[in-house]
Amino acid sequence: MSGDGGGPVVRVEGLCLELTSGDPVVQDVSFAVGAGEILGLVGESGSGKTTTALALLGYTRPGVVLRGGSVEVGGEAIMGSGARAVRSLRGRVVSYVPQDPGGALNPSLRVGDAIMDVLRAHRSDAASHDSVHTALERVELGADPRFGRRFPHQLSGGQQQRVTIAMACVCGPPVAVLDEPTTGLDVLTQDRILTELLRLRSEEGMAMVYVSHDLAVVARMADRIAVMYAGRVVEHGPVDEVIGRPRHPYTRALVGAIPDVRRPRALRGIPGVAVGVGEWPPGCSFAPRCAFAQERCQAAVPALEETSARHAVRCVRRDELELSEPGSGGARAAAPAGAGRPLLEVSGLEVEYRSGRGRNVAVRDVSFAIEAGRCVALVGESGSGKTTIGRCIAGLHVPTAGRIVFDGQELDGSARDRALDQRRRIQIVFQNPFESLNPRHRVGASIERPLRILRRLSRADAAGEVSTLLERVRLPARVADRYPVELSGGERQRVAIARALAAKPDLLVCDEVTSALDVSVQAAVLELLAELQRDLHLSMLFITHNLGVVACVSDSVLVMDRGSLCESGAVQDVLSTPSDDYTRRLLGAAPCLPDRAVG
Amino acid sequence: MRSAFRFLRIRSGAIGLAVVVFVVVVALFGRYVAPHDPNVPVGTPLSGPSSAAHLGTDFLGRDVLSRLLYGGRSVIGLAAAATVLAYAIGLAIGLIAGYSRSKVDPILMRTVDVMLAFPPLLFLLVLITGAGSGVGVLIIGVAAIQAPSISRIVRTATLEVTVRGYVEAAVARGERAAAVVVREVLPNILAPVLVDAGLRFTYSILIIASVNYLGLGLQPPASDWALLISENREYIALNVWAVLAPAAMIALLTIGVNLMGDAIARSLGRSYVPRTTRSVPA
Repeated sequence: MSGDGGGPVVRVEGLCLELTSGDPVVQDVSFAVGAGEILGLVGESGSGKTTTALALLGYTRPGVVLRGGSVEVGGEAIMGSGARAVRSLRGRVVSYVPQDPGGALNPSLRVGDAIMDVLRAHRSDAASHDSVHTALERVELGADPRFGRRFPHQLSGGQQQRVTIAMACVCGPPVAVLDEPTTGLDVLTQDRILTELLRLRSEEGMAMVYVSHDLAVVARMADRIAVMYAGRVVEHGPVDEVIGRPRHPYTRALVGAIPDVRRPRALRGIPGVAVGVGEWPPGCSFAPRCAFAQERCQAAVPALEETSARHAVRCVRRDELELSEPGSGGARAAAPAGAGRPLLEVSGLEVEYRSGRGRNVAVRDVSFAIEAGRCVALVGESGSGKTTIGRCIAGLHVPTAGRIVFDGQELDGSARDRALDQRRRIQIVFQNPFESLNPRHRVGASIERPLRILRRLSRADAAGEVSTLLERVRLPARVADRYPVELSGGERQRVAIARALAAKPDLLVCDEVTSALDVSVQAAVLELLAELQRDLHLSMLFITHNLGVVACVSDSVLVMDRGSLCESGAVQDVLSTPSDDYTRRLLGAAPCLPDRAVG
Repeated sequence: MRSAFRFLRIRSGAIGLAVVVFVVVVALFGRYVAPHDPNVPVGTPLSGPSSAAHLGTDFLGRDVLSRLLYGGRSVIGLAAAATVLAYAIGLAIGLIAGYSRSKVDPILMRTVDVMLAFPPLLFLLVLITGAGSGVGVLIIGVAAIQAPSISRIVRTATLEVTVRGYVEAAVARGERAAAVVVREVLPNILAPVLVDAGLRFTYSILIIASVNYLGLGLQPPASDWALLISENREYIALNVWAVLAPAAMIALLTIGVNLMGDAIARSLGRSYVPRTTRSVPA
C-alpha cells in the first residue's frame, strides 16, 4: 500500500504558480515526503500553503496557473497532466481532507453513498456496503451499522470530519493532503481527530501533508515542517529542530505567538500584516516585519541554504541569530487580586431554548462574579452554553431565570429595556470579524454609531474620536474611510474592538474573538486586549475554547460542561491542579509545543 | 452617490441603461415628434411602410409610427407604479416578518401563502370585473399579485442578515427596531432584492399588457403598445409592423431593465473591491 518503501511518494521540484495577472503566488517550492511520513506545511493566511497543497492534487484555483516546476505523486507526474489522468490519480494515489467538512460533504447525499462514490470511481470491484462499513470502522464510526444511512446534517462537526477522512482513505492512497482539518473543531474533538490520523498513518503507512497555521498542532502531528511565507519556503527541517531551535526570524515569531497552557506568558504578535500576493517586496519578503532586518536583507532574495543535513533556512543572518533568545515575552503580570469589588454578579442563571415541542437547557444554574479590572475566562466546548451566557450579559438573549447584577443594579433581560448607561458600560465583541461589521458601512461610520447613540456626542466630536479610537487599536486613521472587505481578519477584529471601546465600557464581553484568526494575528489581538485592560481598567469576560489563550490573558477561569459550571478558580490553580475530570480532559487535549521549545 | 452608478462599469449594465433610456425617452417625449394624430386615419388601412407612414398603417388606416410614439406612457407608467407599490408592500411585510421573531411572522406568512394560492391573472380579472377597469384598480391589482412573493424573498434575506454580528451590536446598543432595519438590514438585502426587481418589473409589464390585450384594461381607441398588438394581431400578414414594432418596444424595455437590475446587484455584491489583492484566501 505504501509504495516500494524506497523513494519518496511525493516529490515537488521548483514549483512556481502565478495569477493570470502575472503575480507569483508560489515561488520555487521543493520538498519530498517519504512513505508514512507527515510533512507539516505552516504559514499565515496568504502564504501560499493551501495553493501548494492543492497542487499536490493537480489542482489550481481558477486564475492560478502553473509557471514552472513539477509535482510527482506516487511516481506519477500529476501537475500539468490531462484532466482524465489527474482524475484517476485523485482518491486512488492522493486524497484530500478539506478544512470545512460541513461545506465539503454534499448535504443531499447519505454519507455511505458519498464513500461509495469514491469506491465506484476507482475500485468498482470493491464497491459494496461491506467496504463502506469497513471504511467507517477505520475512523471509529462503525458502531452503528446504519451510520452510512445518515445525512451530513445529522452528524456533529467531528463526525463529519471523520467521514471526509474515511472518504480520503477508502481507496488506500499512499498520500493524503489535509488542509487545516481541525480548524473550527473544539479541543477535545481536535484531539480525537489527530489521534485518529496518527493511528491511520501507523497502521496504513499513509504519507500526509498537513497544512495548518497552528504550529502547536503541527508539532504534534508532523515529522518534518516546512514554514512558508509569501509563497516561499523559509525554513524546512525536522520538527524538533524547527520548533526547538528556529533559525528563521519568522519561525521564531510564530513560535512566540503560540499561547501555551503549560507555560503562560505574554504573547508577542508579529508586527505588521502578512504581505499579499502582488505586494512582495524586493529581497527577503519578511524583512519589513523582521526585528533583525538589515539593509542587505533587501538586496536579494536569500537562498534556502542548509544549516545541517536536513535543516534549511532562507535567511542571510541565519548564523548570527542562532544563539539569541527565541521570541518569547515574560510572564503575564496579573491584575491586583482581591482588591476590586464585584462589578458583575450572575446568580442562578438558567437559559432554555424551545425547539419544536421540546426544550433544551443551554445554561443551568450558573453563578459567578467579575471583579472590577479583572479578566475572567469562560471555557468550554462548543455547545456548552458559554456563548449564551455572554449574550445574556449583553442583553441579546433573555434568560429563563436568574439574576444579572451590574454595579449594584439588576439588569433587565433585554438590551432594549436597559438604561442607556447600562448599555454603554457593557460591550460585546463577536466571534467572527467577517460578519460583525456591516459591509455597507465605512469603518468610520461603524465606530461613530455607538459614540452618537451611547455617548450622545455631536457629529463633529464623534468624527474626531474615531481617529483616537483607531489609534488605540493600532490602526492608521485612514482606515476610517475603508469598507470592511478591504481589511484583513485581524484588522476587522481591531475595528470591532474599537467599536466596543467607543462606548467607554467598564465590562467587555469577548466571545471567541480570536478563534477565526491566524495564530500570529491572534497573538497581536490578545496583546492589544491585555494592554487595553491594563490601561483602561477594563473588566473582561473572555469566552474561549482555547486553554492556551486562557493561560495567557485571564486572572481566573470558569470551566463549563454541558450548561453547568464544573470548575472555577484562579488560572494558575485550575490549570496546574485541575480538580474536575472534565477540566483535566480539556487540558490533556490542548495542543502545545514540545518541551524543548522556548527555553 | 458615486456608488449608485458603479454598475455602469459593468458593460451589460451600461447597455441596459442605454436601452431603458431609449425606450423611456420614446415613451415620454415621442408624442411631440409624432408625424400624425394617432386617432385619425391617414391612408388605406393596413398598407405597408411608405414615405407618409414609415411603419405603415393599422386596421383603421391610422399611422402606426404615431400610435407607437404615443403608446408607451401607459405601459411604462402603469408597470412602474404597480412595481413600486408592490415593493412598498412586499418590503414592509418581509422586513417585519423576518425581523420580528414573534408570532407576527407566522401570521403574516400564512396570509401571504393564501394570497399566493390565487391564480394571478384570474385574480386580476375578477378584481376588474368587480371594481371596474380604472387605472387605479389595475395598479393595485398588479401590486397585490406581486407583493406576496416579494415579501417571501425579503423575509428570507432578512432572516439571514439578522443573525449577523453588526445587527446584534446595534440591538445591544439599544437602537430602535426601525433604525436597525433601515441602517443595518436593508442595505445588506439589496442585492437579492434588486435582481428580483428587474424580473418583477418585466412581469408587471407583461401582465398589464395581457389585461389590455384581453380588452379589460385600457379601452380603444387609446394608444397603448399592448392594445396595438391586440388590435392588429389578426392582420399581421398584411402589415407586420403594426404588431412587431410595439412588441419590440416592450421586449427592449424588459431586456434593458433586467440587464440593469443584474448589473446593479453584481456591483453591490462585489462593491468595494480591495485596492490590493489581499483577497487571496488561505
